[in-house]
Amino acid sequence: MGSVNSNAEITLFIMSQTATKEPEVTLELALDHGLTEEEFEMIKDRLGRIPTFTELGVYSVMWSEHCSYKNSIIELKKLPRDGEHLLVGAGEENAGLVDIGEGLGCAFKIESHNHPSAIEPYEGAATGVGGIHRDIFTMGARPVASLNSLRFGSMDNPKVRYLLDGVVRGIGDYGNSFGIPVIGGEVYFDESYEGNPLVNAMSIGLVKEGETVSAISEGIGNPVIIVGASTGRDGIHGATFASEEISEESEAKRPSVQVGDPFTEKLLLEASLEVLKTGAVVGMQDMGAAGIACSTSEMTDKGGQGMKIDLDKVPAREDGMTAYELLLSESQERMLIVAEKGREQEVIDVYEKWDLHGVVIGEVVDTENVTYWKEGEIKADIPAEHLVLGGGAPQYVRETKKPGYLDEVQNFDVYSLDHPSDYADTIKKLLSSPNIASKRWVHEQYDTTVRTNTVTSPGASDSGVIRIKGTNRGLVAKTDCNGRYVYLNPKRGGQIAVIESARNVVCSGGKPMAITNCLNFGNPYKPEVYWTFKEALSGMGEACRALNTPVTGGNVSFYNENPNGAIFPSPIIGMLGLIEDVEKHTTTPAFKNDGDVILYVGADRTGLGGSEYLKTIHELTKGDAPALDIDFEVQLQEALLDAIKSGYVTAAHDISDGGLAITLAEMAIFGKKGASVSLDKLDGSDLEILFSEAQSGVVISIDRDNFNAVSEHFAKAGVPAVQLGAVAGSSLNIEGVGSLDIAEMTTLHESTIPQAMEA
Amino acid sequence: MMPTFGVIVFPGSNCDHDAYHAMKHVMNAEVRFLWHKDTDLSGIDFLIVPGGFSYGDYLRSGAIARFSPIMQEVIKYAEKGGPVMGICNGFQILLESGLLPGSMMHNQKLRFVCKNVYLRCESTDSLFTNSLDKGQVFDIPVSHGEGNYFIEDDGLKSLHDNDQVLFRYCNEDGELTEEANFNGSVDHIAGICNTGRNVLGMMPHPERAMEGILGSEDGKPIFESILNALSVA
Repeated sequence: MGSVNSNAEITLFIMSQTATKEPEVTLELALDHGLTEEEFEMIKDRLGRIPTFTELGVYSVMWSEHCSYKNSIIELKKLPRDGEHLLVGAGEENAGLVDIGEGLGCAFKIESHNHPSAIEPYEGAATGVGGIHRDIFTMGARPVASLNSLRFGSMDNPKVRYLLDGVVRGIGDYGNSFGIPVIGGEVYFDESYEGNPLVNAMSIGLVKEGETVSAISEGIGNPVIIVGASTGRDGIHGATFASEEISEESEAKRPSVQVGDPFTEKLLLEASLEVLKTGAVVGMQDMGAAGIACSTSEMTDKGGQGMKIDLDKVPAREDGMTAYELLLSESQERMLIVAEKGREQEVIDVYEKWDLHGVVIGEVVDTENVTYWKEGEIKADIPAEHLVLGGGAPQYVRETKKPGYLDEVQNFDVYSLDHPSDYADTIKKLLSSPNIASKRWVHEQYDTTVRTNTVTSPGASDSGVIRIKGTNRGLVAKTDCNGRYVYLNPKRGGQIAVIESARNVVCSGGKPMAITNCLNFGNPYKPEVYWTFKEALSGMGEACRALNTPVTGGNVSFYNENPNGAIFPSPIIGMLGLIEDVEKHTTTPAFKNDGDVILYVGADRTGLGGSEYLKTIHELTKGDAPALDIDFEVQLQEALLDAIKSGYVTAAHDISDGGLAITLAEMAIFGKKGASVSLDKLDGSDLEILFSEAQSGVVISIDRDNFNAVSEHFAKAGVPAVQLGAVAGSSLNIEGVGSLDIAEMTTLHESTIPQAMEA
Repeated sequence: MMPTFGVIVFPGSNCDHDAYHAMKHVMNAEVRFLWHKDTDLSGIDFLIVPGGFSYGDYLRSGAIARFSPIMQEVIKYAEKGGPVMGICNGFQILLESGLLPGSMMHNQKLRFVCKNVYLRCESTDSLFTNSLDKGQVFDIPVSHGEGNYFIEDDGLKSLHDNDQVLFRYCNEDGELTEEANFNGSVDHIAGICNTGRNVLGMMPHPERAMEGILGSEDGKPIFESILNALSVA
C-alpha cells in the first residue's frame, strides 16, 4: 500500500509537471498511486512493457478497491443472485432490474458516498445522490423514488452536527432540484461512526419492458459520444481516495471530492430518456468513479470490441488538461453513448435541445483495446479486459481472524446489571434517544411528495410506498441495518439486516422481491475486519435464500475507519417489495380506530443483547445479537401478508429498536390515539417483553369483529397471536407499567433532533 | 368543449408532469406541454407555470426563467386577461416577471421545508376559488426553500384593499398562529392574485393533493373552480 497521504501529493505533483512532460513510471510512483508491488508487476507482465504515466493512472484507478471490488468480489459471488423476477443478473448492468408485472421493470440500487461526505458533507452527499440516480437512468429507467441510510457519531459532538447538517442539505438540495421524492430512510447515531459517517443513497426507477438500454459498446465504426457536462479537474482520484482509510491527512483531499450540479443532471435525465426514443443508441453508460477511463473500458469489455478515443475532442472546463486528467476526472453529470454509425446527429440534437454537450470523441474499432489519443499521440493503449471487474482486475481472498472482542461481548451477563424499576420513565428516555426520536427534522428538508406518487410519508411508516400510475400496484422499499447487531454477531446481524427490512416491507403490505446492498466495513487488510465481512455476507445470503429475495447488486465500501478503529460493520440492505393492490393493501403503523383490538404476533420476547435499552440506559453495546429463527420468521411474514391482503389489518408495526414498548408508543403517537394493553399473556419478565429486540415480532390492530377470524388465521399458520388490548383514549396505558400521555410522548419523540440541531 | 391547459416546461421544471397528470387524469381536461423556447400560446385556455428549479435557480428563484422566450408571451397573454396560475417556482417566476407584486425570500429558518400545511381561503371572488367557501381550511403540501413572501406595507395594504390575498397559512382550525406561518411570509400569505384577478401565484402545491391515496384531495376544488370559470366564459 502506498503512503496514506500520497494521492493528494501526487495530484499536486501531476498538476505542476504534466503540462511539460509525463513523469517516469517507477515502482515508487506506482506505490504512490495506491497499487501494490505485486500489482505493478502484474501490469508490466500483462502489457509486456512498463506502462506510460497515463496508463498507470488508468490502472491505478480501475484496480482501486472502489472500481475493482478486488477484495470482495469472490465473497459477493457467493450471495444468491438468481430469481424468477430478475431481468438482469447481479453486476451485469449499472443496477438491478426486477420484473414487477404489467410490462414494467424496476431498476434499483444503493451506493455509498462515505469518504467524500466525511470531509465535504454537502457535496459528498449531493454527488452520492446524483451518482445513484445516474446509475438508474443510464439503463433507460426514470427515477421515481429515493431512500437513504445515514450513520453518524454521537450528536453531542459539534462536528457530528456539522456533518449531519451538511449531509442533509446536500441530499435535499440535489434531490429536491432533480425532482425525485425521498420516500424513506434511516439515521443512526453511534460513537463508532465518529469521523467516518456513512452516507448511502438508493434510487428506484421504472422502465417499460423492452425500453432498457445496456452499457455496451459494439459495432465497428460506431461513434462514441460524450454527453452532458464538460470535464474539469474535479474528483481526480476520487475512487482511489475512497479506497483508503480516512486519516488526519484526508482533509487535504478535499479536491478529490466532486461537485454536483442537480440542474445539469435533470437536463441529462430528460435528454437521455428522450434520446433512447430515437432508436439510435447502441449502449449507454454513466460516468461515475474513474470517469472516462471507467466508462470506456467497461463498455468496451462488455462488447468485446475495441475503442479509440481522441481526448482532444472532450469538452473541457479548463485549458491545458492532460490525458491523465481527462481520463481520471470525476466531473459529474456526464454519460458515454455508443450510437449507430450515421445517426450520431440525432443523438447530438437531443442533447443540444437540452443545452448539453453531445460530442463525438471516438469510435468502436476492431481491436480489444481502449486506446486514448491526445495531440496526435497515443497516451494509453490497454486491453479493456485488463481493467474491469470480473476480467483482468485482481481478485483476492484476504486473511481472516475472529475478532477477540466477540467472546467478551457475547458472554456479558445482562442480568448482572441494576435495572430501573420505573419502566414508564424508561420508555420516555428511549423515545427521546437520538436513534428512536423522530427524524422529522431530517426528512422535512427533503421533497417527499414530488411526482405525486408518495403514498406513505417517511417517518410514519415502516417503509416507503409509492403507487405506480396507470396500474393498481405499488412499490415498497426500505433501507435497514442495525450495525450494533452485526458488531455483536456478524452472521446473525447480517441475517437480521435482510430479515428486518423484509418484515418492514411486509408490514407496509408488500411482498419482498429482491435486495440491493451497500456493504460498509473497515479495512479489508485487517483479518478481523475481513472475518466479520465474510460472516456478515454469509448471514445475508442465508436470509436472502430463505426469503427468496436475491441480491441484484450494490456497492462495497471498505476502509471505513477512524483513528479509533473500524466502524460497526454495516451491511445496509435496500429491500424492494411489490404491493399488488396499493389502495387496499398499503398498511401503516398508526392506530386508526378506537376499539380496534391490538395483537402481538410472533416469537417470544427475550434477550436484551444489542438493544437500544442497553445503550440508552446503561451505555452498553453488549450481549449477543437478538434471537432469530429464520424459518419461523418466513412463516410470520407470509401469515402477516396474507392477513393484510385479506383486509384484516388496520395497522401494523414491526418491533425493532426499543422493543415492544416503543412499537406501541409509536403506533399511538402516529395515530394520535391511545391504547390500553396488558402484558400478562406474554411469557417472560416485563423488562424483556417491553425492551427486547428479539426478531420475528409485530404488533397489529384489527377490527374487533374480525378477532376470531384473525386468531384462526394465525393459528392455522402456526404463528402465535396474542391479544394485548385495544385502541382507546388519549394515553398509552400499559398494565403494571403506567400511563403515558400521547401529547407528552409526542413532544419527547419530536424534540430531540431539532433541539440538538437548532440550538 | 373541454378547455385546453398548457403546462410550461423550463429546463429544471420538475412538477410539470404532476400538473399534467392532475389536469389530464384527475380532472379529465386537455393538457399540452409548452417548451420554454416556444412562443406559440394559441389554443391555450389556461396556463400553468409549474414548480421546480427553472434553470437551476442558482441565482434567485425564477430570476432567469423570467427572461425565457415563452415568458415574454406569457406576460402578453396575462396582460390581455389570459388566466395564468404559478405554483411554487411558478409563483416565484410570476413575481420576477412583474405579473404579481412582491418578492420571495428564503424561508425564515433558512431550510427547505416539505410537509402538509393548512391553508385558509381568503376570497372566493376569483376564477381559482369560486368553488371554495371563504374561511374554508384545506390541507395541501408545500415543498420549497424560498417561500417567504415579502411586500412592503403599502403594497400589502393594496393587496388587502383589492382583495388579492387568496390563501393564507393557518392551523387546522383556521387560526393564523405563528407556528402555522412556517416560512415567515408577511401576513401569512400563501397565494395572491393580480388586480385583474386572472393571475394566481401560490407556494403550496394543489396538484399534489388531488387523490385520496396520496393523503389529501383538498387541491381539487381549486381546479374545479378553474374549470367552472372556463366553462362559463
